Amino acid sequence: MNFDIALLLIQDGLTNGAIYALLALAILLVFAVSRVLYVPQGEFVAFGALTLATLQQAKVPGTAYLVAGIGAVAMIVELVAALRERRRQGLASSALLYVVIPTALLGLAVWLAPQKPPLLVQVLLTLALVVPLGPMTYRLAVQPIANASVLVLLFVAVAVHYALMGLGLVFFGAEGWRTPSFVSAQVALGPMTASAQSLLVIAASAILIVALWQFFGRTLWGKALRATAMNRTGARLVGIPTEASGRLAFTLAALFGAFSGVLIAPFTTIYYDSGFLVALKGFVGAVIGGMTSYPLAALGAVLVGLLESFASFYASAFKEVIVFSLLIPVLLWRSLVSRHVEEEHDE
Amino acid sequence: MTPARIAIAVFVALLAAGPLYLPPFYVTLVNYIGLYSLVALGLVLLTGIAGLTSFGQAAFVGVGAYATAVASVSFGLSPWLGLPVGLALTAAVAVILGGLTLRLSGHYLALGTIAWGISLSYVFGNVEGLGGFNGISNIPPLPLFGAAIQTAQDFYYLIWACVLLALAALVNLLNSRPGRAIRALRNAAMAESFGVNTAWLKLVVFVYAALLAGLAGWLHAHYLRFVNPGPFGIGYSIEYLFMVVVGGAAHVWGAIVGAGLITALKTWLQDILPKLFGSSGQFEVIVFGVLIILLLQHAGGGIMARVVRLFPPKRAAAIAPEAAPGLPRPPAPARGEAILDVDKAYKAFGGLVAVNGVSFEVRAGEIMGLIGPNGAGKSTMFNLITGALPLGGGEVRFRGERIDRLAARQIVRRGIARTFQHVQLRPTMTVLENAAIGATLRGRSGVAPATLRLDRAEERAILFEAARHLRRAGLGDHLYEPAGSLALGQQRIVEIARALAADPVLLLLDEPAAGLRYQEKQALAALLRTLREEGMSILLVEHDMDFVMGLVDRLVVMDFGERIAGGAPEAVQADPRVIEAYLGAAS
Repeated sequence: MNFDIALLLIQDGLTNGAIYALLALAILLVFAVSRVLYVPQGEFVAFGALTLATLQQAKVPGTAYLVAGIGAVAMIVELVAALRERRRQGLASSALLYVVIPTALLGLAVWLAPQKPPLLVQVLLTLALVVPLGPMTYRLAVQPIANASVLVLLFVAVAVHYALMGLGLVFFGAEGWRTPSFVSAQVALGPMTASAQSLLVIAASAILIVALWQFFGRTLWGKALRATAMNRTGARLVGIPTEASGRLAFTLAALFGAFSGVLIAPFTTIYYDSGFLVALKGFVGAVIGGMTSYPLAALGAVLVGLLESFASFYASAFKEVIVFSLLIPVLLWRSLVSRHVEEEHDE
Repeated sequence: MTPARIAIAVFVALLAAGPLYLPPFYVTLVNYIGLYSLVALGLVLLTGIAGLTSFGQAAFVGVGAYATAVASVSFGLSPWLGLPVGLALTAAVAVILGGLTLRLSGHYLALGTIAWGISLSYVFGNVEGLGGFNGISNIPPLPLFGAAIQTAQDFYYLIWACVLLALAALVNLLNSRPGRAIRALRNAAMAESFGVNTAWLKLVVFVYAALLAGLAGWLHAHYLRFVNPGPFGIGYSIEYLFMVVVGGAAHVWGAIVGAGLITALKTWLQDILPKLFGSSGQFEVIVFGVLIILLLQHAGGGIMARVVRLFPPKRAAAIAPEAAPGLPRPPAPARGEAILDVDKAYKAFGGLVAVNGVSFEVRAGEIMGLIGPNGAGKSTMFNLITGALPLGGGEVRFRGERIDRLAARQIVRRGIARTFQHVQLRPTMTVLENAAIGATLRGRSGVAPATLRLDRAEERAILFEAARHLRRAGLGDHLYEPAGSLALGQQRIVEIARALAADPVLLLLDEPAAGLRYQEKQALAALLRTLREEGMSILLVEHDMDFVMGLVDRLVVMDFGERIAGGAPEAVQADPRVIEAYLGAAS
């Protein structure tokens, strides 16, 4: 290998690593707030990529119908719950979130898609279409058993992954898509030239990560999420509703997932079931962060990207094996540091 | 015969006659259900009982299948040798994976096995010697005395013999000394305090489940006579978990019910859904996903939990015998000998000093009370003695030996048994089984003898001992009720009986009278007095002043982490510092 190839591999690794970092942060956030190991995070990546790809063909993406459909189911569940609890409170905002917005989005997509709007509009529409699926997933799958054990919540997460992946097949078909690059220029950076596309991805990820950091540090809702993550009971006692925190965490995770999908779409062909593997690399990053530390998780995810890039050069068939083997030294280290006996308080 | 036994007999009869009336397609289907049931049985133990989970079970099946395929095709070994080779490989992988993750929180095992499950399918698909994505074909059938186990019908009997034997072995295991420890794994701190090495036992359970998967892999390879990476991917691992969730993760029969139901449903859905959607593809995953979500939300416990609720078993699995030889007892210390010596114990949590240089001793054959207002540091002191928390300074000696650096499970081995302030019983296990956990260290039978029922003499002795302590504690009428159905006060008594079953020299009781009614308190006090007569030493942490004063020989009073008084109850009661601590200063 010469220096140029190494630089190229590093550039590739950093680009992928930036995307994995977004996923790792979303996975950590969801786990900290709701104790759900968010396996379906990958489906949001696939939905983001496929929605954008469909829009680029001037077609109405399946997500528009999916959001309207799942929104309708969520509304019915919400109505039944309200009827059972004899309450009206919250129904208006539910109707807005689950019916009005999805219907408006469907109309918008049907109207806009054939006109082939500019790329930025396409990206915004993609995010708008995919993100509502986050809180809907929370409402339908997680909220009814939010206090169950980590194990049961993991099963729910896997079941959601299955259901969403199957729906992806129905709404996007079995075919894979790859979008054209957003920008095609090459930028000279000292001794190397970098593709502007890669720089764009790294910059966009960095901006989103800084935005998340500012959100945690400066806004009331960001602080509420951190409080819920530290102590759910305590947060509830000071008036932070668990459900709203969960919904918000799932919304942010969906945003990060869909955005990752948009970023990754020009680099690799995405199929309805590609998201799982992508998200798992985010999980490796999150595990490196001990499922608690955001900076370590982001760094870990970048490490995953770099390792993957070099592995695909040396032993491309064993790329995934090498990436996931990274978990072994990490787990070994964690296992040696941890001393306490683990207690599962729930059944 | 009980309804359960009749149902099982009918099932086995129908199964045995299966090839006589089932068309070939269904024989094959039932064979697959048998293979899946083997894997699911392992998951019942791992997930339903021990509360751990693995997304690598299909990969373990793959290890078993590929090992025997390579051994018999590439090396020309007998297929019968392929089994031990496969099982040894499976166990080795499970030990490494488990060793890396099982000391951590449960979700690390899940994540570790996802990574392992995915990696292995890539290895299967990319290694030359394993045939790549085309796999290995021409695997020989199983030779047997000149003939061969070859047809679907032959394998029908072999597979289901394995399933039923594995099921019987698992039932035996669960009703044994190691089985009760496994069922206690979810309360790891409690299990440790009765001598269970939980990290080791989790590893054993994980390997056990992996071996069942490996066995299924061996059968799979020689039945289909062909292996490729497909059936060993992460998707199948997830399906195995779904089988257990649907069937009922806490019941051995849940494995077979779940395997049967999911397999039948999948076959049916794969038939109709592509017609419905007008294109081919794995649409059944949507139905499975939604089904599992709804099941977990509305009927946690799966089908078998429903069945058991509708037809509760008439007879408990573990019954105490009328008589049994006694368990071994170590020599007791002489009355009056100082057995526990706490010397300037110190513990701080961050800036908060919870225990600050507290010293006292407990002598053999006395009841010692440790009292103090809320937040005095009593429970911390208690946890320091039992090894639940590490000491920050000072020493704790038990019969001359320093114990403050030992783990909880080593401390109980030396003769200290405890109860918990927040009751730590397994609610679904019977009162008798819960108490028998206390006697874990007084038996020696391991997993292998337990599965083969070679542990029955010891088992009778343990159950008899547990029942004896429950009876003298006044719970003789409740032996076979689920511990979770008792009133809180009675549950506290079960905790004491469990501690007594460990045959301790020193009994540590953490607020035993909390939640008890007046008569129950009287009965508890009488029991503790009897125990003292018999030479037992008791350290009592308690809030209830009347209960303590009438019972203890000596008292230590703590306030704000410090020892403020000590001595005979009357003297302590008159101590102005104690009165101030409890009632506030008379200003």
